[in-house]
Amino acid sequence: MAEPTITLNVTRYRPEQERAPTTQAYTVPFKQDWVVLDALNHIKDQIDGTLSYRWSCRMGVCGSCGMMVNGVPKLTCAAFLRDYYPQAILVEPLVNFPIIRDLVIDMSDFMDKLKIVKPWIIRKEEKPVSEGEYLQTPAQLEEFHQFTQCINCMLCYAACPVYGLEPKFLGPAAIALGYRYNIDSRDQGKDQREIIGNHDGIWDCTFVGECSVVCPKHVDPAAAIQRSKVDTTKNWFQSILMPWGQR
Amino acid sequence: MSVTRPEPSKLYHRKMPATWWLKKQSYFLFMLRELSSVFIAIFLIVYLCQIYQLTQGPQAYIAFARKLSSTGWILFHLVALLFALYHSVTWFQSSAVVLQLRIGERLIPRPIVMALHVGAWAMISLAVLILFLALKG
Amino acid sequence: MSTEKTSEPLWWGLFSAGGVVAAFLVPIHIILVGFAVPLGWITDSGALYRVWWVKLYLFVLIVLPLYHWAHRFYFTLNDTGLKPISKLLAVLCYGGAIVGTIVTAWVLLQI
Repeated sequence: MAEPTITLNVTRYRPEQERAPTTQAYTVPFKQDWVVLDALNHIKDQIDGTLSYRWSCRMGVCGSCGMMVNGVPKLTCAAFLRDYYPQAILVEPLVNFPIIRDLVIDMSDFMDKLKIVKPWIIRKEEKPVSEGEYLQTPAQLEEFHQFTQCINCMLCYAACPVYGLEPKFLGPAAIALGYRYNIDSRDQGKDQREIIGNHDGIWDCTFVGECSVVCPKHVDPAAAIQRSKVDTTKNWFQSILMPWGQR
Repeated sequence: MSVTRPEPSKLYHRKMPATWWLKKQSYFLFMLRELSSVFIAIFLIVYLCQIYQLTQGPQAYIAFARKLSSTGWILFHLVALLFALYHSVTWFQSSAVVLQLRIGERLIPRPIVMALHVGAWAMISLAVLILFLALKG
Repeated sequence: MSTEKTSEPLWWGLFSAGGVVAAFLVPIHIILVGFAVPLGWITDSGALYRVWWVKLYLFVLIVLPLYHWAHRFYFTLNDTGLKPISKLLAVLCYGGAIVGTIVTAWVLLQI
């Protein structure tokens, strides 16, 4: 009996030989425990060594292997072939990012935005090392812990139609990261992360919510953004209605 | 530390069509949610028009209500009601995401927050109905 | 967080308040205005609307969801390809809500 197989239709883009992306079909063995990443690695090793794509840990913690699988942003190391078999699987580079080559996208914009939100503890006054660590209770850690789980996989940016329409939008992961520091009890730098409360920060977001749906680590960036809106609005009204006594 | 950026002229940019919201069910449902605000606004304008009739004499208000009994208007209000209900449900779901309600130190799970919203909504609707029946002329 | 540069929190605050009012109150009022009274399930002469606190309630009921519509519809129009005329859309949407506020207040004061 012949080995069962499954077809992957994969985006190819080789700027040195074509102006626009094309799709190439590959037939790979179908195995019950294989994920799309296994299929891509099989293609690279056995069929077509020219295929370019990013991957690393193959276990959902590095955030490298994000791609569109049948139009849905997914970690290819977490997308099982058996969930698509026997239909063919369409594998494309993450949308809303420019394509460098094949399945590899340009993530410079994302990297820039992560830095813009100043993702580090900012203190009004640093404690000297001799005075020890900044203490934090388990409850205080619980407040922001889920927002620390981001693996920078960019699936949320691929899912967000606002980012697709407006490339200047800070985006789910960057805002969630800024929020993570704003609500960290050790941080005193909220007023230095003003960019979040400006245009192209939280105010571009229309709470489509798809970012949180696709997030493989359950960070819930949508919640971070909406809570930031509430927080910013409260502060705004307070500063208008009670301009004296600002915290 | 310098960063190597890709050569911009070789990058391929995929355009997002204006019909992006038709391409995915979740996007389409999102658009329906946004459009619910239109039907709610139109209904409230119609309501305001009816209230305005009270400046045109006692029969004008009743005549307007009779106009609203036409098939066209009944259909409009049916559609408006469906959209209003969709707004309510999605608004309560959104509230459950944003709000962090606690009992002591423990966060109340989202489905329960949702249920509390629906319960409050039922009670408020009932209160409006009872008040209206009790106080109307 | 200083947000002097943008008035967005004002419109979002109104949008939010309007959303709450619409979510909790509009469905029952559609049933009353769109079905119960026209179809004769309930008879109503409209006299109730002349009571001062009922007018206040009606003002909140009608006006806040107009700001909810304005903010939401403004973003919807922008996101469906009309971004080039963004400023015009802002005037039409938020201006529309402001006009609606004035008209509502005027009507309620007239009856």
